[in-house]
Amino acid sequence: MSGIPHDHYEPQSRLAKWLESRLPVIGLIHGTLMIPTPKNLNWMWIWGIVLAFCLALQIATGIVLVMHYTPHVDMAFASVEHIMRDVNGGHMIRYFHMNGASLFFVAVYAHIFRGLYYGSYKAPREVTWIIGMLIYLMMMGAGFMGYVLPWGQMSFHGTAVITGLFGAIPFVGESLQTWLLGASAVGQPALNRFFSLHYLLPFVIAGLVIVHIWAFHSTGNNNPTGVEVRRGSKAEVEKDTLPFWPYFVIKDLFALSVILTIFVAVVGFMPNYLGHPDNYIEANALVTPSHIVPEWYYLPFYAILRAFTSEVWVVMFAEWISFGIIDAKFFGVMAMFGAIAVMALAPWLDTSSVRSGRYRPMFKWWFALLVIDFIVLMWCGAMPAEEPYATIALIGATYWFAYFLVILPLLGVIEKPDTPPATIEDDFNAHYGASADTPAE
Amino acid sequence: MFRKLTLSAAVAFGLSAGAVQAAGEAHIEDFDFSFEGPFGAFDQMQLQRGLQIYTEVCSACHGMRYVAIRTLHDEGGPALPEDQVRAYAEQFVEVYDEDLEDFRPATPADHFPVGNVPNAPDLSLMAKARAGFHGPYGTGMSQLFNGIGGPEYIASLLTSYEDPPACAPEDMEGSYNTAFAAGGFPDECKDEHGHHTVPGSWIAMGQPLWGEDLDFADGHSNDLHHEAQDVAAFLMWAAEPKMMARKQAGLTGVIFLTILSVLLYVTNKRLWAPHKKNAKRKDD
Repeated sequence: MSGIPHDHYEPQSRLAKWLESRLPVIGLIHGTLMIPTPKNLNWMWIWGIVLAFCLALQIATGIVLVMHYTPHVDMAFASVEHIMRDVNGGHMIRYFHMNGASLFFVAVYAHIFRGLYYGSYKAPREVTWIIGMLIYLMMMGAGFMGYVLPWGQMSFHGTAVITGLFGAIPFVGESLQTWLLGASAVGQPALNRFFSLHYLLPFVIAGLVIVHIWAFHSTGNNNPTGVEVRRGSKAEVEKDTLPFWPYFVIKDLFALSVILTIFVAVVGFMPNYLGHPDNYIEANALVTPSHIVPEWYYLPFYAILRAFTSEVWVVMFAEWISFGIIDAKFFGVMAMFGAIAVMALAPWLDTSSVRSGRYRPMFKWWFALLVIDFIVLMWCGAMPAEEPYATIALIGATYWFAYFLVILPLLGVIEKPDTPPATIEDDFNAHYGASADTPAE
Repeated sequence: MFRKLTLSAAVAFGLSAGAVQAAGEAHIEDFDFSFEGPFGAFDQMQLQRGLQIYTEVCSACHGMRYVAIRTLHDEGGPALPEDQVRAYAEQFVEVYDEDLEDFRPATPADHFPVGNVPNAPDLSLMAKARAGFHGPYGTGMSQLFNGIGGPEYIASLLTSYEDPPACAPEDMEGSYNTAFAAGGFPDECKDEHGHHTVPGSWIAMGQPLWGEDLDFADGHSNDLHHEAQDVAAFLMWAAEPKMMARKQAGLTGVIFLTILSVLLYVTNKRLWAPHKKNAKRKDD
């Protein structure tokens, strides 16, 4: 599977030989687990395992929740309370599932920003990156539809707001929204189909995860230096890498265990902290919550959505040049999806010859600003749509686009990168071999 | 305390006073409940007193549809003996039976009935459906340190009925409550910028507790503050009946995972040691 030279599985026993000649499944598992992995990976390379764990956790807890949940507008809310009160261990399973979504997004954001900093998206890993972005989009969809199922006030009115976004698309918007909801308003058809899709999407994600792993097992992992593993011979490979099992499995499990300690503390001691109290009120179409806020993990993109009001000159210009077809609402929707699209295009927007941000003196600062920008946007998304937050959100949204569309392409031209180490082995030795007072090079 | 925190944080964040509307905010007192924090537990006697208040006062208008009467017996809750739960159901609760097409005394298997007054919200989840603590807005910091504040909100609401301020018109509907932010508010009590000049707003529910409304079997104080806290604690239990089991599971999990983390740390260290040592030798 991997282009990096390494030992392949040789069946020893008769049974193993018999099976391997018919279905090489042991060889596949062996090849996946023993893949040569750059030995200088740092602690930002543990999020993949956390994400795999989250997917398994959500599917396992979700399957049990479905056994007790009723997707009916009159019974959904009560069935969740039934899970919380009467099902054995139901309250823990639901709280794990509910907070599991948050852990999932914490991990995915860490994973994405890791990739953005170390240039993991750059050639030859563009396909891995694109598949990752698809997984992220599916996660957003699954998370949103899952939030609808308890049929609380935020579920209901959040659905109305989000599906309303599709209604903003010119000409077809209204029919599209009706088609999505299965009715002209949020109700039984919407709840039923969201339930169906919420159950389906995780398995689509699981399929994409396999392709994601397949893709980077073909190219090999990126690493903090961005320098490729030497592939001249097996001996050379062994200087740069260690097999995934046991070195990285144990390392990742340690990191996962630390993260789960915090996670279990949140679930056990403050399970509703990341939720919204209004969702413990049953959905009521006649009473709109004073302040509709999406879950925290959507907030940065929600802020971008709201940032482009009709007073912004770009929006006015777009409206004028399109003869009014593109209004502020539609512009906001395009901006929100565009914000993810530009991120997906990063492999082609980044023109630098150096892969890792570690050796890019100017890039480092712009990247740090992007992380801050993300957090500021998240905060803006939670605030009411009024001054000064509207202006802050607009500046934040502008920077998000500027980073991908202007800064990344320009930096490759104007920046003079440092020289990365010649090999991964050099980096590893410099880190562990040299004491603090001897220079690394 | 909470308001001071909000204000100082608002100043620290450089927000204008107009955005925060300090005078218009409702004041939520940070009561100390026995069930706060990772090790906090429900006070069984307090829950029983709260049940008494719920039965004698709240249930006149409100319902508690998601709470089964049998759960009053559950461990980690009011934990009434089984015969007392049965007696309580028979004597104090009437439910509508669709087969009989009439009301009958409840059994422990029944849920508490829904409320008698259409506008009175169901209290099953009230302690989780309200946030007493906010801010600094959008950061969740106050909620991180103080909790979400549902029971504090309930206790504050019950103790914050006051005489209406002088600015309010005589015929203002509802009761003035300094802890209630979501109610009606007369224009006469706003300044020229539309900001509220007095805290709270007008709530439809008349003052339900006045202090010394009932006597407790355990001889506990029945002044207004104690009554409000007792019923708030009871409603927290009604909203989160498995809280004790949850914290126990959380604590077990944290201890187990901490030990596992230490073991994995040592394993990882030992596993990598030869490779890191080799790296050192090369440099020397």
